[in-house]
Amino acid sequence: MSEVKKGYIRPLDFKHGRIDMSHGSGGRAMAQLIDELFLRAFDNEWLRQLNDQACFAVTTGRMVMATDAHVVSPLFFPGGDIGCLSVHGTINDVAMAGARPLYLSASFVIEEGFPLADLRRIVDSMALASQEARVPIITGDTKVVEQGKGDGVFITTTSVGVVPEGVNISGERARPGDRIIVSGTIGDHGMAIMSQRENLRFDTEIVSDTAALHGLVAAMVMAVPDIHVLRDPTRGGVATTLNEIARQAGVGMMLDEAAIPVNSQVAAACEFLGLDPLYVANEGKLIAVCAPGDAERLLEVMRAHPLGIRAAVIGEVHEDPHHFVQMKTGFGGRRIVDWLSGEQLPRIC
Amino acid sequence: MKYVDEFRDGEVARTLAAKIARAADTGRSYSFMEFCGGHTHAISRYGVTDLLPANVRMIHGPGCPVCVLPIGRIDLAIKLALERGVILCSYGDTLRIPASEGLSLLKAKARGADIRMVYSAADALTIAQQNPQREVVFFAIGFETTTPPTALVIKQAEALRVTNFSVLCNHVLTPSAIITILESPEVRALGTVPLDGFVGPAHVSTVIGSRPYEFFAEEYRKPVVIAGFEPLDVMQAILMLVNQVNEGRTEVENEFTRAVTRDGNQKAQTLVSEMFDLRSSFEWRGLGEVPYSALRIRARYRLFDAEHRFELAYRTVPDNKACECGAILRGVKKPTDCKLFATVCTPENPMGSCMVSSEGACAAHYSYGRFKDIKVVAA
Repeated sequence: MSEVKKGYIRPLDFKHGRIDMSHGSGGRAMAQLIDELFLRAFDNEWLRQLNDQACFAVTTGRMVMATDAHVVSPLFFPGGDIGCLSVHGTINDVAMAGARPLYLSASFVIEEGFPLADLRRIVDSMALASQEARVPIITGDTKVVEQGKGDGVFITTTSVGVVPEGVNISGERARPGDRIIVSGTIGDHGMAIMSQRENLRFDTEIVSDTAALHGLVAAMVMAVPDIHVLRDPTRGGVATTLNEIARQAGVGMMLDEAAIPVNSQVAAACEFLGLDPLYVANEGKLIAVCAPGDAERLLEVMRAHPLGIRAAVIGEVHEDPHHFVQMKTGFGGRRIVDWLSGEQLPRIC
Repeated sequence: MKYVDEFRDGEVARTLAAKIARAADTGRSYSFMEFCGGHTHAISRYGVTDLLPANVRMIHGPGCPVCVLPIGRIDLAIKLALERGVILCSYGDTLRIPASEGLSLLKAKARGADIRMVYSAADALTIAQQNPQREVVFFAIGFETTTPPTALVIKQAEALRVTNFSVLCNHVLTPSAIITILESPEVRALGTVPLDGFVGPAHVSTVIGSRPYEFFAEEYRKPVVIAGFEPLDVMQAILMLVNQVNEGRTEVENEFTRAVTRDGNQKAQTLVSEMFDLRSSFEWRGLGEVPYSALRIRARYRLFDAEHRFELAYRTVPDNKACECGAILRGVKKPTDCKLFATVCTPENPMGSCMVSSEGACAAHYSYGRFKDIKVVAA
């Protein structure tokens, strides 16, 4: 019998405890945080090996990889939080290549003083999102920064996935004549966040649309393998995404304002803040560009999926050496839908 | 969105467009100035000009509060934030206005200035209450619409004995700006700017009423139609202006009767006159010094006047020499006449004030109407 006493470690106080510098120092406190929080929540065969890296077999064919840093404020918002958002966001980036996401990594930068209760809420939300999406978080990292040097918590996730045979989705493939499809109402995420901003708060039932889109994408590429472009209109909204595609493919676009689905509460909130829903962020929507002959079939499968019920054709690609994205307004006029300049700021008048 | 969508109905717009086309005499042209940035924004965003006949032209006026704010005033705000360590609270769209030395409030913030975007004057007062050890200055800008809330917040600050709060007042007056345009040599004598009438302010007029415009309708023989900020309001107002011109009338008409009365909001007017008196002169970007065109905080409320509190001295800063904002604001030139437009001056990097706010003539044209300058392929 050994004389050495078995060390007792007081469990983390998830009710009142806070992150301190020791949780990032590489010592016992950090090991404890990883054990009691991250490993417990994300549990899977790769993490259980306790290595500094995850080892997995690769498939043949093309793989994609995407990374995304999440720095949202507030951390908790109607319809989600930074945790599930950081899982959905990166899965979606992989899915926009038509790919099937396989694995995720997660890296946390936590500010000293951050409540453990909030951290657990976030980690649990990530774990749930990852389980629902069937994309495990197989490796990770934690750093702690001094108070005032972070904004609560920043989460960076990376994901790898495989592209099915015969799928070639890329921004430069938009061709004149192609149809532009959006998978549902626009601007929900951005306005949900805005409604919770400290100096703004307004009462609304708007919830973030944050969701993992790879299921919808799988159904889409199955039905129409030759989708030309897929992209999720996150920061900068639909307007910015379409401008990116127009520039990348060297084409112009003409949208039909009346066809763009906007939830009436989002439209109302944008109205009184002087914002344009076309520039407001989405976290569970995608834009698809496809050949005119494929549009109807694609729309059909999208509408049959819970995340694409309100999918609609919102415009067409045409030739334009200036790469303008234009829009026929519901009013009967025409205007440019330009790149966003700086941040979208409320107008005063 | 009930009560809003009705004013954006494409069907009604087409009917109105047909009426305007019928009313407009093909033997002449019509030039109307929409004074307000709110109208400029509506016209550009909804593509109103696409629905007008070729001989009806809209000139974008100087009614964008962000655009007419001179560099020197923003310099004062930046100075307060950077050198005097105050918390400077400001409406969102002032943050990007270009100031001296390549700075703007946004860039000053990146250099460590404590600049906070607020949605109302009341928010600024709340920040002052939350930070009793700091000086908090509200950077007040705008026409008659935003003046009453500023007056109110100063009264509240006094009542609540908030001693670390003050206001850098830049409130300006609509009628004096319109008179300046009407008195400008291009309009009055040379006739280089054909100006047949005004689409009168919407929100401003809810406060000041329609009476103040009667003077220049009569004195300068220009019709004025006060209109709401929705695109159908603007179309209706244009039709009313065309009819006035055709019939040789120069009256003040009110399309915006759902909000504007002849006398306006007298409670707000009383509050404003209790709090402010007229500056003998104030610099406007693009218009230069305009006599009796702005407000300052009365001596009785001097404690809340940042200019007094921090002994600020105003210094005029000239615009970039090639910048045509002045001529554009007076309706003498179009954005595309400016050499800087869409070359070195873009919404990302505005040189002149008209490029800053989406209500500014240049930014509105750049962001919404640039395709009209070139031959458009397909539609």
